[in-house]
Amino acid sequence: MSSSLLLIVLLVLTLVGYILGRRRAVAMAGVAGGSATLHSRPAYYGLLTALWCGLPTFVLFLIWQFTEPAIIKGLVVAGLPPEMQKLPANRLGLVFNEIRILTGGSLVSGTRDAVIQAAADHYLHLKNLGSWIRGGTLFVLGLGAISILCSRITTEMRARNRVEKISRMILLFCSTIAIFTTVGIILSVLFEALRFFQTIPLTDFLFGLKWSPQMAIRADQVGSSGAFGAVPVLAGTMMITAIAMSVAVPIGLMAAVYLSEYATKKVRTVAKPLLEILAGIPTVVYGFFAALTVAPFIRESGGLLGLDVSSESAIAAGLVMGIMIIPFVSSLSDDVIHAVPQAMRDASLGLGATHSETIRLVVLPAALPGIVGGVLLAVSRAIGETMIVVMAAGLSANLTANPLKAVTTVTVQIVTLLVGDQEFDSPKTLAAFALGLLLFVVTLILNVIALVVVRKYREQYE
Amino acid sequence: MNNKTPDSSRQLIQKKLARRYRTEKWFRRLGAMAVLISIAFLGILLVTIVGKGSSAFQQTFVKLDIHFDAEVLDVKNLSRANYPGLVKSNLRSLFPEVKGRRDKKKLYNLVSNGAAFQLQDMVMGDTSIIGRTKSVWVPASDDVDLFFKGKISRDVVESNRRIKDIQLKWIDRLQTENRIEKRLNTTFFTAGDSRDPELAGIRGALSGTILTLIVTLALSFPIGVATAVYLEEFAPKNKWTDIIEVNINNLAAVPSIVFGLLGLAVYINFFGLPRSVPLVGGLVLTLMTLPTIIISGRAALKAVPPSIREAALGIGASRMQMVMHHVLPLAMPGMLTGTIIGMAQALGETAPLLTIGMVAFIVDIPGSFIDPATVMPVQIYLWADSPERAFVEKTSAAIMILLLFLISMNAVAVFLRKKFEKSW
Repeated sequence: MSSSLLLIVLLVLTLVGYILGRRRAVAMAGVAGGSATLHSRPAYYGLLTALWCGLPTFVLFLIWQFTEPAIIKGLVVAGLPPEMQKLPANRLGLVFNEIRILTGGSLVSGTRDAVIQAAADHYLHLKNLGSWIRGGTLFVLGLGAISILCSRITTEMRARNRVEKISRMILLFCSTIAIFTTVGIILSVLFEALRFFQTIPLTDFLFGLKWSPQMAIRADQVGSSGAFGAVPVLAGTMMITAIAMSVAVPIGLMAAVYLSEYATKKVRTVAKPLLEILAGIPTVVYGFFAALTVAPFIRESGGLLGLDVSSESAIAAGLVMGIMIIPFVSSLSDDVIHAVPQAMRDASLGLGATHSETIRLVVLPAALPGIVGGVLLAVSRAIGETMIVVMAAGLSANLTANPLKAVTTVTVQIVTLLVGDQEFDSPKTLAAFALGLLLFVVTLILNVIALVVVRKYREQYE
Repeated sequence: MNNKTPDSSRQLIQKKLARRYRTEKWFRRLGAMAVLISIAFLGILLVTIVGKGSSAFQQTFVKLDIHFDAEVLDVKNLSRANYPGLVKSNLRSLFPEVKGRRDKKKLYNLVSNGAAFQLQDMVMGDTSIIGRTKSVWVPASDDVDLFFKGKISRDVVESNRRIKDIQLKWIDRLQTENRIEKRLNTTFFTAGDSRDPELAGIRGALSGTILTLIVTLALSFPIGVATAVYLEEFAPKNKWTDIIEVNINNLAAVPSIVFGLLGLAVYINFFGLPRSVPLVGGLVLTLMTLPTIIISGRAALKAVPPSIREAALGIGASRMQMVMHHVLPLAMPGMLTGTIIGMAQALGETAPLLTIGMVAFIVDIPGSFIDPATVMPVQIYLWADSPERAFVEKTSAAIMILLLFLISMNAVAVFLRKKFEKSW
């Protein structure tokens, strides 16, 4: 029985549970003398039955789905001849893969090992058996739940309260997913990073000046020693972020000031959605724009001035990233400027200050904490931005302060280290997780500071 | 008293006033300029993309009079017949003067590799054409296509040009014989990825995107709504709730690539789910879009006035009934708006899908949630990285389609907001 078919069967069973529970409640009420004798409305009895049937079967289905592959793999491996079982883990994985592909029927190569063939048959048999056991168990479980509940329904049963209790639990569970996600991020990144730091010391990673994530395939290979010093990568990230912020902050801030203080309503209704479009454009599009239009333009205009501009210059990536962040800065500053009380503006204007003086000397200083918070959020975004730099910035980690040279960033390195055919536990792959940990920690600190600052600021004027 | 002093101080003030008004004017212009610059960037971006991509919706085709030779096409073994040979012999008969291996190769390069497959499909679909001659429009190769669209100039030195002089002569002759023309490029919408630009299409990426978004929507909408309802209506004000709230706000600002790392470590490595499939992509994007949906959902719930809640509670509804029957339906438009915006974000997301292996070169069009697939933004990334020049226009065209989807999704969201927005 396939998974989707089983899911449909379970859904139908749940529906049947609803109908049966409801019917049963109505029947009981009929015996007792009218629906007014029921504690809850009949639909709640149906719902309760459906929840009793649907929830456990669904949860069990999910658990089964996640654990079955591992169990079947264990059983198949246990059935292999002993000399095969003694193979190292990765070879065993290959053998198992071959077995699995064989069962799919897509392996067309001529020679088929009899052992493998037998194992494949065994695998298929187990899989078949497993799916039938699963189907049977879940079906019987659901049916059992329905029959138990139906036999318990009486007019006094507090069905609504029970349904509401279960629903509240479900709501609570959903809201904890955010926490699970954070924990998942921390655990997954942290564990892999710790494994990385077992091979490469933490100090080498944090203070090393050379980044060349190569690992030897053979021991005697030329250039077999990799270097995992993150400083050049961090420096590149900082440079591109700085360029982006020097574009985004002035333009975004001035745009916000203009739109919230000067612009007529007509201008605002046109300009704001346009800025929102700028914010909604996928980063991969900005990356394409940076690599194909901006970078060549900068290289050529640099060439006219006699400058030697690399084709993957930091300035091209930074500039386009800045454009991407303009709407982010401007909408955050806009909120903040709006929160400044009108009374402060009126007081300043009443003393004879011009509009711009009011903005510069009263509104902006008052809004400063909020703006700083917004800028910090923007910085964290620039640091974590991936596609623009993957497409427009370089791969080689140069430790340079020249924005016309190619530099690399943390996110670029994560993508290049992970997109490929590396083994999962090679230091090369694990280095990506170490960089990921660094990225997560830095952005987390920035975000927390920014959120606290913005929240404090809001409270000040509320 | 000297009557010169008030005059000079008035002059002084007036001078200063003039300067202050000048600064005022400049400040104002600076602000207007900032807005204009941002809009100009948007304009430049869109104009470049449309300028580069609009030509991709047309494709150059060459007309060949193919004789479906019964000798070449053995009815019993149609799938292995020499279809490229058919195309080549026809080209040779069109230009009988071409001699020498090198020139012949250049001649064959005029039409796409896909021509042979097109002939194969024709023959397999209708065996009765064997033995007859039929004129067929086959796609030209990417270089001919680029030249025909004016993207390769004749004035460039031959050694720097992808189309050689001798090929130019042939193309000109084809043109005088009306054998070459631009037509609507249907391949772009019906084919999967390909290494040949003229045969590549976005159908595979589009299907992958739809499958991935279905998973994302099916998970993130109910979970997001449930979380928003819990936090806004049921959660007690305590530390636990505070932690959840801070968490959600933080997750909204975590770089997307970190979610990719999570997906790789948890879904693929720990749970052993397959790589490159829409199911895993959807799971990763769910975690990413959840904060957006939750935050907008809470705002929508907050906007429902307390009087509604009090009225419901006053006539004896339980809290759950109050929420389910009254508050939630009133907040639904706002929640849907937030969900659409979250989906639009998910639609444009690339980075976390790279790490879970959705960057593979996949020709087949995915049909289920566990078929290897890629999505539109990743397809754009892959094409942008391809060395063939003809992929530039394909990339731009794919971007145009992606932006079209995004803009229409946002338009629906704005429309929903306008239509159902209530001021209480």
